[in-house]
Amino acid sequence: MTRPTMTAWLLPLVIAVMAAIAFSATLGFLQVSVSDVVAVLFARLSGQAPPADIDPVAATVITDVRLPRILASVLVGGLLSVSGAVFQAILLNPLADSYTLGISTGAAFGASLVIVLQIFGLSLPTSVTVPIFAFAGAVGTLAVVLFLASGNRRLSSTSLILAGVIVAAILSAAIGFLKFLADEQVGLIVFWLMGSLAGASWSSIVLLAPAALFGTLVAVYYSRDLNIMATGDRTATSLGVHAVRIRLSLLVVTSLMTALAVSVSGIIGFVGLIVPHMLRHLVGPDNRLLVPLAFFAGGLLLLVADTLTRAVLPTEVPIGVLTALLGGPFFCILFKRRQRDGAAVF
Amino acid sequence: MAQPYSDHQHHPLWSLTNINFSYGNQPVLHNISLQLEHGYCTGILGPNGCGKTTLLDLLAGLRTPNSGTITFRGQPLQLWPKKQLARLLSLVPQDFMVRFGFSVREVVEMGLHPHLHRFALPSQTDQMLIEATLQATGVAALADRPITQLSGGEKQRVAVARALAQQPEVLLLDEATSNLDIHHSLEILHLIRNRFHQQGLQVVAVMHDLNLAAFFCDQLIFLKNGKVVCQGPTNDVLTPATIESVYNVEAEVSVSTFTNSRQVSFRLPRSL
Repeated sequence: MTRPTMTAWLLPLVIAVMAAIAFSATLGFLQVSVSDVVAVLFARLSGQAPPADIDPVAATVITDVRLPRILASVLVGGLLSVSGAVFQAILLNPLADSYTLGISTGAAFGASLVIVLQIFGLSLPTSVTVPIFAFAGAVGTLAVVLFLASGNRRLSSTSLILAGVIVAAILSAAIGFLKFLADEQVGLIVFWLMGSLAGASWSSIVLLAPAALFGTLVAVYYSRDLNIMATGDRTATSLGVHAVRIRLSLLVVTSLMTALAVSVSGIIGFVGLIVPHMLRHLVGPDNRLLVPLAFFAGGLLLLVADTLTRAVLPTEVPIGVLTALLGGPFFCILFKRRQRDGAAVF
Repeated sequence: MAQPYSDHQHHPLWSLTNINFSYGNQPVLHNISLQLEHGYCTGILGPNGCGKTTLLDLLAGLRTPNSGTITFRGQPLQLWPKKQLARLLSLVPQDFMVRFGFSVREVVEMGLHPHLHRFALPSQTDQMLIEATLQATGVAALADRPITQLSGGEKQRVAVARALAQQPEVLLLDEATSNLDIHHSLEILHLIRNRFHQQGLQVVAVMHDLNLAAFFCDQLIFLKNGKVVCQGPTNDVLTPATIESVYNVEAEVSVSTFTNSRQVSFRLPRSL
């Protein structure tokens, strides 16, 4: 990697994210111009009242309704993509993401459990308990997976993936049972499982932003070690890389990142899988470049998807469904093309 | 400031005392004691499953023995910081697998890892070293290809290039040439042998091919069932008697005037 490649990719991407944020804020039921959005933002940031020539309702909609949701989509997309890139690197598997280890399924189970308890008359404030239970579900799943995989003390990627698949299968069955128990009100669970950013607020941003910053910085910090771990534990250790220790700490950090993202947005698939994958196709597998790019590319992708469902499509399609419907076929095309090119598939 | 181990030349390179090692409850090495002195190409030989690779991993500090002590240059191996050890020892594994499509140059550059600060990029000198290493190992033409697209033999040469880019004092080879054809095996072994003569690169090599070992190694260690059968200069220990007791085959050892080294021919014992 050379510095120019880094700037050549990162700078345009960051500008694109900024532009997309500004543009997305103009879209919606109330149409506003980009310059108005910028003016409102500047006024808000400098603590002044919004300019008099702008409709005060529009100003409020921009700062209190659209912006938190837009920023949340960027942060959640970024968190999911960086976690995906790291999961793929530490599990030595280009198809890994937070599903592979059951982390997302654990979060889904936690959320479904609260919703079912609610249906059975336990009165808890949903807006707080669902995220907390989702987070606890993800962390609990990680703990079980680590316990199952730690038998050989080397935490090999094979035993991690195997443990993850088993735990995810059990949790999926449990979610199925919860849906059955929910009976006619199963819609509440289904809605959460399909993901949505509609509930995002400034308090979500306060939660997500530090997590995104911390998680991405940790991943960047270990990015060269991650590259070397692709040569296998034996070679990596002989190069002075603490492979097992790094795998464990990154696993914990990225799982927490995923858990936070999921607790805000529900389950959004394919972003963590496809963004690092696509980037590897474009810029190569060097994690020093891949990890920071993944954050912004993932943020951009989820922002575009969320803007589509929020402001462009006639009715709001659940974001998780949209990402899967768009990402899935795209992934198939990528997969077939690589086979046809005679390149090694991944 | 005087460092306690700075006079490492007075200590043997490695010293192993009463080493036992087992995988779970499967014992592999029994009570191994041996010393490796400075300045040799040493071969570790023995039948499949006798613990050769495990012994190499113990020397490299990749595994820790269940009991016994290993010192490297007079200091217990587990006290060496991993990164410092990585500047002195490098390993060429038998099957070099890289899971993502890093270019050959990127893989060879990974050898610089223990010498570089975390966020440092290779200097001009480092880059020249990488190019020279790519040339010497005959993979310069492949430098920009993804390693995942190379053949097994090509990958193995990249593994050697990566290990040399690590600029070690001791190179550990784990059947590094087993998957190469005879031409490429000889090429790699000659390259390493030249580094040994010209730059004092020491080598510990787990090998299968007795004839290559005879040409390549100054001294040999024979293992059988997790125990050391014998250790000594190649010319002293590579005898029909040793080979017969280690491998359970009949052997004839001659000095070839063609290769200027000992050569072995084998057959199964008549009783079979």
